[in-house]
Amino acid sequence: MLGGTVLSVSERELLGALRRGDERAFTTLVDRYGASMLRLALIYVRDRAVAEEVVQEAWLGVLRGIERFEGRSSLGTWLHRIVANLAKTRAVREARSVPFSALAGADVEEAGPSVPPERFRGPGDRWAGHWATPPRRWGRPDHELVSAETRAVIAAAIQALPPAQQQVITLRDVEGWSAEEVCNVLALSETNQRVLLHRARTKVRQALDDYLTGS
Amino acid sequence: MSVPELNCKELVEVVTDYLEGRMPAERRLLLEEHLAFCDWCQTYLEQLRATIRLTGTLREDDIGPAARAALLEVFRDWKGR
Repeated sequence: MLGGTVLSVSERELLGALRRGDERAFTTLVDRYGASMLRLALIYVRDRAVAEEVVQEAWLGVLRGIERFEGRSSLGTWLHRIVANLAKTRAVREARSVPFSALAGADVEEAGPSVPPERFRGPGDRWAGHWATPPRRWGRPDHELVSAETRAVIAAAIQALPPAQQQVITLRDVEGWSAEEVCNVLALSETNQRVLLHRARTKVRQALDDYLTGS
Repeated sequence: MSVPELNCKELVEVVTDYLEGRMPAERRLLLEEHLAFCDWCQTYLEQLRATIRLTGTLREDDIGPAARAALLEVFRDWKGR
């Protein structure tokens, strides 16, 4: 969560303190945004050491540009946008990735239904379009589901997603950002953001289902 | 009991629109009507909600002491510029 779209009073104060070179203001911002900036960088570059470099580079850019920051977006949005841009550039430079402009488009147009069609009754059936093989209950409350193993299943499922879906689900469901914030930082339309989120959540649910019901 | 307007196969395609509050009111009503009758789709929706909650547990809030120290160094260098 990036703390709103306009500069709040506390952000304005932090910004002022940062401009004066106040180290406490800096560490406050690092504690607030550091982990999510790192995770954002990791979506693009994967290697943790490289991602940490990207985050350092981003902070340096922020500090150097701090006089010019006009507060039209929240500090958090600004910081993450810088990280995303630097991480993209870095990933392209290291030639380990496809051009990012192409990614979201391809992911959005990815064909295929959310659930395999054979799990529903066919068109000739009186109950056409209703479950033929319905979902089986997971039968456990959340607190029993939260285990290192379950988390590993989710992490692996997210890693296996196409990049744009991975970015969106990480920011929305891991970081807890709003749809608007994700659209801003990743430069996505509202509709495409939702399509990518839908694909990603559907696949992660399926991975959990396979694991929990042993199918 | 028949639920003619929105079937299970269609529901699984629009659940995110529903959860995001981006469904036209009429469609939303149809979906909620369907859910009221369909235990299977209720299960599916509940599993999707659980997936979202569980995905949220992947969040760690710490970048680690080494990365933090490196950032402080960036700051001190900048300050002493």
